[in-house]
Amino acid sequence: MAGKTVTRAQLAEAVYQEVGLSRSESAELVDQVLNEIVESVVKSGTVKISSFGTFAVREKGKRVGRNPKTGEEVPIPPRKVLVFRASQVLKDRINAAAGRAK
Amino acid sequence: MTKSDLVKRLAAANPHLFQRDIERIVSTIFEQIAAALERQDRVELRGFGAFSVRTREARVGRNPRTGREVAVPAKLAPYFKTGKELRERLNGA
Repeated sequence: MAGKTVTRAQLAEAVYQEVGLSRSESAELVDQVLNEIVESVVKSGTVKISSFGTFAVREKGKRVGRNPKTGEEVPIPPRKVLVFRASQVLKDRINAAAGRAK
Repeated sequence: MTKSDLVKRLAAANPHLFQRDIERIVSTIFEQIAAALERQDRVELRGFGAFSVRTREARVGRNPRTGREVAVPAKLAPYFKTGKELRERLNGA
């Protein structure tokens, strides 16, 4: 059941099957969709996809980290990280599917 | 940005396509990712990130209003790990 990996190629194939563009244009559009999300997240911070989830940027302050191998202290500078919050719809879908599989 | 903003931006970049086709493309992509996660498959999109499903153990929670203990069952939670390229772009690399 688990263990498989879906990549851009499968997404492009699904778009090809669903919409009827050529395979290469389908692949190109998958890239465009992902790129638009990246650009938007980098510029304005939040991308909200209904019934899927929200991508948001969180600012992390600087802190002191430690190299786990040497124990040496290393400063971690302030940085931005992307967080994904799955929508309740998506969480429910995943758990409902797991319930059915049992 | 919302899904409809995303559709509008893509429509502007692809004047040869109908907006309803763009809507189907965007919906198909997110539907495929959701369906993969339902199967507990991983979705790996280079330069963007990877979606996976993680297990949350059952635990004893507490109703914050009444303070009463409640059993929270084990559940699955979707998880997203930002890809290296995107992580670097966020920090101006």
